[in-house]
Amino acid sequence: MEPMLWFGWFRADIIAEYAELFWRGLRMTIGVTLICIVQGSLLGLLVGMARLADARHAPAKHLCRLLLRWPATVYVSFFRGTPLFVQILLMHFAVLPLLINPVDGFLISGDAARDLKQDYGALVSGVLALTLNAGAYISEIFRAGIQSIDRGQVEAARSLGLSFPRTMYHVVLPQAFRRMLPPLGNNAIALLKDSSLISAIGLSELAYAARTVAGAYSRYWEPYLTISVIYWMLTLALAYLVSRLEVRYGRGDTR
Amino acid sequence: MGEAIRVNALTKRFGPLQVLRGIDCVIDDSEVVCVIGPSGSGKSTLLRCMNGLEEASSGQVRVHGVPVHDPATDLDALRTEIGMVFQRFNLFPHKTVLQNITLAPGKVRGLTAADARDRAEALLIKVGVLDKRDAYPNQLSGGQQQRVAIARALAMQPRVMLFDEPTSSLDPEMVGEVLAVMQTLADEGMTMVVVTHEMGFARRVADRVLFLDDGQLVEGGTPADVFERPVEARTQRFLSKVL
Repeated sequence: MEPMLWFGWFRADIIAEYAELFWRGLRMTIGVTLICIVQGSLLGLLVGMARLADARHAPAKHLCRLLLRWPATVYVSFFRGTPLFVQILLMHFAVLPLLINPVDGFLISGDAARDLKQDYGALVSGVLALTLNAGAYISEIFRAGIQSIDRGQVEAARSLGLSFPRTMYHVVLPQAFRRMLPPLGNNAIALLKDSSLISAIGLSELAYAARTVAGAYSRYWEPYLTISVIYWMLTLALAYLVSRLEVRYGRGDTR
Repeated sequence: MGEAIRVNALTKRFGPLQVLRGIDCVIDDSEVVCVIGPSGSGKSTLLRCMNGLEEASSGQVRVHGVPVHDPATDLDALRTEIGMVFQRFNLFPHKTVLQNITLAPGKVRGLTAADARDRAEALLIKVGVLDKRDAYPNQLSGGQQQRVAIARALAMQPRVMLFDEPTSSLDPEMVGEVLAVMQTLADEGMTMVVVTHEMGFARRVADRVLFLDDGQLVEGGTPADVFERPVEARTQRFLSKVL
């Protein structure tokens, strides 16, 4: 391809030549981000509720603390207290070989394990690490959101005979959700950007595409500026989406 | 006349603070009982122990024979028989007036959407806020919110209604409309326990008045007895301040 110079210095032909790679990287980044947002939110909801678990009477009260609150607290503390980058490396090079291993994997072994690791190893460990990390942060958002709902709301619902799960589902969570939307949106944006760290273990997403191109041409402005603009567009789109949701679910909140 | 609520040697402590020091009383079916007393005397706590929102430290409350403070009791089922109205209304802000009222009858009693709506609208007519059925709580005045809250509790068709200072957070001009609804209920024979500072209402509507002070039931009797001829010095002191 003929060198194509923009503004006298930007080699647009490099980007055009690798457009396919960037496109695949973009799809991978979006896919990983969406999966991690969904899984992280579900995990965060469960862990957030576990951190609030309590019971009135003796045996259940201690079980709640021992089996739910403490493990949840340790989990959140670990994943918020260590670098995501280290978590990704730990997951990929230490935990995953333990679970999926041709010789003696805990979950999968044999040829299936070899193929899986070959083709999807980075994806699996990247998504796992990012999900666990996001779950820890999101659980704190859920916990704060649930705790911000006035006690009177729970009392009113319970006094009507609604069970605890129904009270959570119909009364507390819908109100908590609208207060959680802004921090959840911030979290989704952080997740999108953090997904670039998975390139370190060789997942071919956007940042990896840029690295490949940079390596091939020894040119750095073009690939990294390109993905910067793409990430920027994506985060702007996410922020817009969240603000639309806030408008839509903002009715009736007096505070 | 049957017995609606029986309170036996009920005590409640919050940490070092002893709020109820052994309460005994019986409330009959269709009786309207007003609980009065200085703030901090344990009135609200007593009421909240009657539907298990507050756990008793010792003693027992039976509602139609069912022990409230017994781990074996299905509290959710029991609470469907006990309506409660709160000082701060506690309507669900994310639901319309109609949705506030139909939620529990639909989910707990298993009413169809149409049946629940019919019942809710009948109750809204009764409390006089039918025109607000599609409004959200924050679009209503305090008096309207509290009347909706009463309708919400009534929609479960409870056998007993508990009122926890239902007019205390209302502007003065809205107190009357809420008390009028409560008076109607009393006239219809609803069993009611009302924690209140509205002495006029207690005198006019109550069958019996209980005076609570420092976690103890000091004196109880007809409004005429308690208001006109109080026996205990503490009751006399309290009444001289509020009347």
